[in-house]
Amino acid sequence: MTLLNQFIQWLDNYWPHWASYLTAAIIGVLIVVIFVVLGIIVVIYLERRLLGRFQVRLGPNRVGPEGIFQPFADAVKVLTKEDIIPAAADHWVHWLAPVVSFIPVIMVFAVVPVASGAIFADLNVGVLYLAAVSSLSVLGLFMAGWGSNNKYSLIAALRSVSQMVGYELPIVFSLLAVVAAAGSMSLNRIVEVQAAVPMFLLQPLGFIVYFIASLAEINRSPFDLLEADSEIVAGVHTEYSGMKFAMFYLGEYGHAFGASCIIATLFLGGWQGPFLPGFLWFLIKALIVFFIMIWIRATMPRVRVDQLTAIGWKLLLPLAILNLLIVAMEQIFWPGVFPWVLVGINALAGLALVLLIGRTVTIRGGRVEV
Amino acid sequence: MKSNTFGLGILKGLGVTMKNFMRPPITVQYPEEKLVTSKRIRGNEVLWYAAKCTGCATCAKACPQGNIEIVTSPGPENRRTVEKFEVDTGRCIFCGLCVEACPYDALFLGRAYEKARFRRRELVTGIDSIQFSEERQPSAFARPALESGLPKQTLLVYWDRPRREGGQKLAWLPFKRRGKKPKFPIGRSK
Repeated sequence: MTLLNQFIQWLDNYWPHWASYLTAAIIGVLIVVIFVVLGIIVVIYLERRLLGRFQVRLGPNRVGPEGIFQPFADAVKVLTKEDIIPAAADHWVHWLAPVVSFIPVIMVFAVVPVASGAIFADLNVGVLYLAAVSSLSVLGLFMAGWGSNNKYSLIAALRSVSQMVGYELPIVFSLLAVVAAAGSMSLNRIVEVQAAVPMFLLQPLGFIVYFIASLAEINRSPFDLLEADSEIVAGVHTEYSGMKFAMFYLGEYGHAFGASCIIATLFLGGWQGPFLPGFLWFLIKALIVFFIMIWIRATMPRVRVDQLTAIGWKLLLPLAILNLLIVAMEQIFWPGVFPWVLVGINALAGLALVLLIGRTVTIRGGRVEV
Repeated sequence: MKSNTFGLGILKGLGVTMKNFMRPPITVQYPEEKLVTSKRIRGNEVLWYAAKCTGCATCAKACPQGNIEIVTSPGPENRRTVEKFEVDTGRCIFCGLCVEACPYDALFLGRAYEKARFRRRELVTGIDSIQFSEERQPSAFARPALESGLPKQTLLVYWDRPRREGGQKLAWLPFKRRGKKPKFPIGRSK
């Protein structure tokens, strides 16, 4: 029973059901949107400050105390910029693309449990919804690449699609392993299952695979090939300015925030935790995951296109499948076993598999024939 | 096992960036924090020592811009009184040729570098605004007499000095305590 459902039941005492349902839906959507926008603002600020610290500089600290109003100043700047549409662009596609890539970002948050019961829609196929929706925004990127009538945009869009095809499979397989271990596709239920042992201890290999693959899915460094500025100007953002560019920018960070929320939910135990209230635990975990993403961005160079596909197909996919196999076999043969035993077994199996794959698969080397 | 297989190289790289993350940022936030400039700097001003000047106008001849304007009148004891000594620092290139040319060591380059103004005419330094003062300190450029008193190498930042000896207040620079070796945050001190 989510908080929203309780709210509907309470309203039903006074109003007809359709009215209370509609009210609750609108309020819920508003809360989700406000949460997403605030999250994006915080995340942008954190990214810029922390990336600055990683590069031994300060980062923006002028607008407001410690620069906390920098995102607002950026928003004002971007809103007042001229909106340019290329003459030969596909007007409607060009116009729609930012919206199409931003909406799925908000939709992802509909199934994320922020605290116990604080979830917009406790779908019983939540993980399936997640996998479906989070891969939707690539459509917006492809529309942007196609509609811009620019070769760099189109190259970036093609890269993004191939990236999505390559990395959606490991994501889904590692999600399946989580579902197999939790016995449910509802994210609320998955969090409740992790009260004893968080999933990243239970499936370290799945956690690593999911983390890397979601980095690729949200187009973050080191997999930010679609805006590789040394190769293709700004990728799909090349022909965008003003608010449309801001939509892409917000979408990108919203996606990153969404991915860190999902990782916190699926693997780090979501709102479960001692002493502090649930939503604080959730936010702390999500921000820790996002910090690791910034850390990785500050560390790694961008991978090549062939390396990108090689990592996806030759490294992550077999690891994800083997991880699913191991988890499923454990669920079938020792259904009620003490979870810490599984932690040890899975850690050893994960290490062995990483060593095996590292021995057999080569990612570097080879020449890209264009 | 070589250290850069099986993802261990990535972990190593992450360690390097984390070490940088822990370091204090080296940004100098200019209007609030300033670096100490070298005392041999060719600063953006010309300083004039009235007592030593004979009004010979050698500096004006040496100036490649023709930038120095001197008006003199006959004074007591067969000397000239300088009535006007004007340098348009907006056109000055701070080459220091006037300083090198002066036979009586009456001209110096200054140490100031924050001389930006909104009007060009504000950059013209007349006889009052060109002399030494508390703010207008001479640089040791082309002045061996001044330079001999300076240490061999003047650092851009006196990071290892207490503040009363010219040490600079910067958030990331630790001050030297008495009898303690300062820990230099940039690079390793050996």
